[in-house]
Amino acid sequence: MHLSDFVQRTGEWLKGTGSNSDIVISTRLRLARNLAQKPFPNKAKKKELFEILSLIHGAIERINLFKDSLFLKINELDNVDKQFLIERHLMSHEHAANPEGKALVVSREEVLSVMINEEDHIRLQVMQSGFNLNETWNIINAVDDSLSQTLDFAYSINWGFLTACPTNTGTAMRGSVMLHLPALVMTKQINKVLSAIAKLSFASRGFYGEGTQASGNFYQISNQVSLGQSEQDVIQNIHGLIRQVIEQEEQARQAMLVQNRSLLEDKIFRAFGVLKSAHIISSQETIELLSMVRLGIDLQVVKDVDRKSINELFITIQPAHLQKIEGKKLSSSERDIKRADLIRQKLGGR
Amino acid sequence: MQCDICGKKKATVHLTEIVDEQMSEMHLCEECAREKSVQMEQQFGLADLLAGLSDFNKPAKDAPKVNLRCPNCEMTYEDFRKFGRLGCSECYTSFESHLAVLLKKIHGSNHHLGKAPIKIPQTERKKIESLQELRSQLLQAIQMEDFEKAAGLRDKIRDLENKGRK
Repeated sequence: MHLSDFVQRTGEWLKGTGSNSDIVISTRLRLARNLAQKPFPNKAKKKELFEILSLIHGAIERINLFKDSLFLKINELDNVDKQFLIERHLMSHEHAANPEGKALVVSREEVLSVMINEEDHIRLQVMQSGFNLNETWNIINAVDDSLSQTLDFAYSINWGFLTACPTNTGTAMRGSVMLHLPALVMTKQINKVLSAIAKLSFASRGFYGEGTQASGNFYQISNQVSLGQSEQDVIQNIHGLIRQVIEQEEQARQAMLVQNRSLLEDKIFRAFGVLKSAHIISSQETIELLSMVRLGIDLQVVKDVDRKSINELFITIQPAHLQKIEGKKLSSSERDIKRADLIRQKLGGR
Repeated sequence: MQCDICGKKKATVHLTEIVDEQMSEMHLCEECAREKSVQMEQQFGLADLLAGLSDFNKPAKDAPKVNLRCPNCEMTYEDFRKFGRLGCSECYTSFESHLAVLLKKIHGSNHHLGKAPIKIPQTERKKIESLQELRSQLLQAIQMEDFEKAAGLRDKIRDLENKGRK
């Protein structure tokens, strides 16, 4: 498998299927693991990093779910490739910086990925479309078990899995659910919801990763606590919390339809119109307009586009994706033109 | 609009900074913005937050200052406070008492509940399972305000924890 194979298709998690896929984009679980006694990546010497890398790579290769997967050494990638993988939610910014001795493994459908030698030796990720915590857990749990048959994981009876940063110690599990909450934003209830989430020790951030502002009405909600709660407890807590947020969003959508139907339809069709006709468009504007069209699809106001095409656009309109599709470097203003072309093509505009 | 820093390239990133209640706006090109964001991360990162948390459990002023060092990876506790990252799994043993307090502050607990790796001896696994079972019973007993039962469970947990300790 090759990196360029990814350009023409999208990951499993963007299919727009699965439970509650009108509001929930994707479900993701991540486990951090370290090899016992070996220095953590920030402390390891170059030689040690390569040893750790080859131990882990060897263990991954034995696992069936990773058959035909893509193995990338980060120091062999150029900046656009690295950005491309970050945009696809397959690796972090941190992994792209100081690339020596780091690698990324991605399974065929992009369901599974492993960052090797990021902050921890292993960062295992499973991402699925829709609201799907149990299945996601079953997959990641099985892969973790297989890895721990060959690798000696750092583990203590009292503190569980030991990680480079004490905020991950314990289960070392982070569960995140990506939500599209336009109605809560438009009815100005979102801050109330977010502050309730923060009180329950959950974090919320934007679609485009850590440290980004929520844009396009996307919010990623994840657990913060990893010690003292079992994986099952955490999954149940996330489940309960997300269910409530989904209900709130559904109610807000219904209320808007009843009270302001024509105003809402006007907003949605104007957004659709601009996307289908623009010849120069920034990513920020695109994201906001796509969010409205996506809402239109959910409410069956927009009928001639499917959710999957819109989901894909959220990823492919990003800078590195545009450059990979075009096959060359593009300046910011060239990208704004190329982005508009791509959107018109996808949405059947002129 | 030109970039405020290099003055050459087109500004595409617009940054609002608030310092001492003074708001300032900057217009930057992509490259300068990237550099700026690296600087900002260095100024304020997780390390500061963690260091702030661990300051609470500073030893009393007159206590002798010991700089703990992990024999496995040479990381000192001071380094950990500076960078917010441990050096290896053995650091957890080397800095045990400090970390116990810190973990409790971060997670509200310092006892693991959840899975264990496959590759540990059967006797260890049994011990982990019974410890976890006792701990969840203890939590329940406390919630039910059955303190007599809780005290008994606490002692059982202590015995089990101390068993087989090096």
